[in-house]
This record gives sequence, C-alpha cells and structure tokens, in this order.
Amino acid sequence: MKSMLSAFLAIAVIAVGSNLILGQAGFSSQERGSGPAVRLD
Amino acid sequence: MSLRLLLFVLATMMGISFGWAQEAAPKPDRSATGGAQTLEDIMARQRGEAVDNGFRSGATGDPDSAAGLAQQLGTLGGASDPELWRALRFGSANITATNNGPAATTLIQDGGMRWLQFREGPLLTYGGYLLLGTIVLLAVFFLIRGRIRIDGEKTGLTIERFKPVERFGHWLLAGSFILLGITGLITLFGRKFLIPAFGHETFAFLAVGSKWIHNNVSWAFMLALVMVFVFWVVHNLPSRTDINWLLKGGGIFTKGHPPAKKFNAGQKLIFWSVIILGASISASGLALLFPFELNMFAATFAKLNDFGISAALGMGELRTTLAPHEEMQYAQLWHAIVSFVLMAIILAHIYIGSVGMEGAYDAMGTGEVELQWAREHHSIWAAEEEARNAAQGSGNRATTPAE
Repeated sequence: MKSMLSAFLAIAVIAVGSNLILGQAGFSSQERGSGPAVRLD
Repeated sequence: MSLRLLLFVLATMMGISFGWAQEAAPKPDRSATGGAQTLEDIMARQRGEAVDNGFRSGATGDPDSAAGLAQQLGTLGGASDPELWRALRFGSANITATNNGPAATTLIQDGGMRWLQFREGPLLTYGGYLLLGTIVLLAVFFLIRGRIRIDGEKTGLTIERFKPVERFGHWLLAGSFILLGITGLITLFGRKFLIPAFGHETFAFLAVGSKWIHNNVSWAFMLALVMVFVFWVVHNLPSRTDINWLLKGGGIFTKGHPPAKKFNAGQKLIFWSVIILGASISASGLALLFPFELNMFAATFAKLNDFGISAALGMGELRTTLAPHEEMQYAQLWHAIVSFVLMAIILAHIYIGSVGMEGAYDAMGTGEVELQWAREHHSIWAAEEEARNAAQGSGNRATTPAE
C-alpha cells in the first residue's frame, strides 16, 4: 500500500515538475512559432 | 519550387509523361474545360470517390512563359490566380511567412479532412466498441467462471512476490496509465459525446484539465515503462514452460494449473504488450508533445514500401511526402489506435489482478502472496523460493505468517 501511495504521489510530483521544466524548455508553440518579426503578447 | 517547376517544364517539353499519366485507366475527357476539372470531377469528389488530382496539381503556371513585366498581366509572373491557388492547394507554392516553424508555410492541407473524418468516425466507433466489448466479455467470463479461487488449503504463510521498488514501478505505470487513458478518452470523445451531454463550458474545463494531465503525466508513464522493463525483462523471456502453459490455456477452464515460473505465459504476453505498445504510444506521444519536431511517419511509410509490407497488406504504395500537419495527424491516429488496444489488454489485466482471482491482488498490494496461491499459480517459482528460504534457515524474511 505504501508503494502504491508513494507511486501516486510521484506521479503528481513528476507532472508538476515536468510542467515547470517544459514551460522553460523553449518548446511552447508560442516560442516555436514566433520570430523576431512576430509579436504575440 | 523553381527547380521543381523547371523539371516539370523540361519533362513536359521532352515529352516525358509523369507517373500519373502512365496509368492504364482511361483518361477522362477534359477538352470541354481546356484541361481544367470538369463537373464530373467535382461530382466524383463529392460522392467521396478517389479523384486523381495529377492533371491539376502540377498545373501551377510557368514563369518562363510569363509576359514581360511591362505588358498586361506581366506582374503575375506566368501564373494565373487559379494556378497560384492550385500551387497553394497542392503545397508547391513558394511561401514566405513571418512566423517560424515547419508548418508555417503550409497554408492548405487537405489531409486534415481525412484525419478528422477517421478520428470522429471509425476510430471513435471501433475504439469505443473495443473497450465496451472487452468489459462485456470480462463480465460474461466472470459470470461463467466466477472468481478463480485458491484450490488447496491455505497455509497461512506468505512469500514475497514483489519488492517495494517493483510495486512502486508498477503503480507508477498503472496510475499514470489510468490517468492518461481517462484524459485521452475525454479528449477523443469530447466533441461527439461530452459537448452534447454537458455543454461547451463544462467540456472546456474538462478539456483544459485533461490536456494538462495528459501532457505532464506522460513522463511518469515513460519513466515507469523503463523501470518495469528493467525489473522484469529477465523473468519474461520465453521459456519451454510457456508452450505447455499456453496449450493448456493457462488452466483457466480446467482443473489444476500448468506449471509456471515467476511469470506465466499469459503474464509474459501482458508484459510484452505493455512494453511494445507502451513504447509505441510513447514515441507517437513524444511526436505530439513536440509538434513537428519528431516526424516519423514519412520515414516509416518509406520503410514499409521498401520492404513490400504495404503492398503485401494491399495498401499499395504509401505516400512518403507528408505535410507537417499530416505527420501530426498520423501520429495522433496511431497514438489512439495503439492506446485503445493497450487499454483493452489492461482492462483484462486489471480484472484478473483484482476481482478475477483470489490472492492475486496481494502480489501488488502488500507484495506478499499466500504460499498456496504461489504453489498453484507459479509452481516452479514457488518451489525455488521455498528451497531458497529453507536453505537460509527458518525465520527468514520471505516466509512470514499471514496476518
């Protein structure tokens, strides 16, 4: 039971962590699709 | 663009006809429209018939025969407006866009319609029926066979089946897969079922949440897939006992159980399904997570053509030039199809690991299984464990009284 709960906790931690990392990895559609000539915000 | 056009012009001048012109099918008479598409072409397309667009996809003008700049129509550069639109429509126009990215210069791609129709048609229908059918079959099996009980007298002793880290890996995979499955189904069934049932606003909330969960939980799934592969691959290599086990149908419909090692042939099939289908889902999922970065389908189609697999399957020559969007569309369809198959398999796995079999859940719950269960379902493994425990003397960790 402890293994199961810690795995579920790990899923939450990985999800939040990957959201933070991916947001900064430069692969958002906004970053990939825009250029110096494009202002999106 | 200019090189392609030049080749086209050269080939036409030299009287070389392209592949589409060489087909044996009788050529439709388009003299009434001067070679442009006829009413019959349009009607055929509207009837959903396959129309060979070869006669117009290359008809995108000819800069070499353009009128001089000072003359009337000279500024059109040898391409009329219909020819320009045709070049856009068939993806051969030379487009410059201020935004970046591989898809920025694809202004029209008609593959999207086929994708949309397949996605909300056969994919959704057959995928849904597959899952419902699996659930019905499992329910019928439960009604006929009932819970598979431990036949012999329980010993009151347990042996360790899975270490905590193995159970952690399993539940990391299981928890993430269920989350990914539910959010994936919400995404796929949204427009057809959830919006009509709950309205746009509720679904918008669900869809945004599903996307966040699906995108971010995917990493836990991929990590866990690697973990369980490393943990269990040794125990899942095929062995001679598997043949006997499979021939006896795993003993599901008969009395007694065929001998098995740590994993029986059925479990091995589940393991390899999870590993292979899971890896395939991960690959197409990564292509979807990083749009247009990991294009795999044109290359895969080329391989299928080269090895004659597509021809053997009656699919003919597959297209090896795909618009960036088409790569994504194929990735999405493949992702969903393989996921449906894996979901159906996992439904059966969940059934047999919970209500379907007495004593099975303990293996992943506490990690300790009833000795009698082990002797019946995994006789070879149980004998090895018992011998090992006996050699280590009494009071070892592996054999403890059940609570």
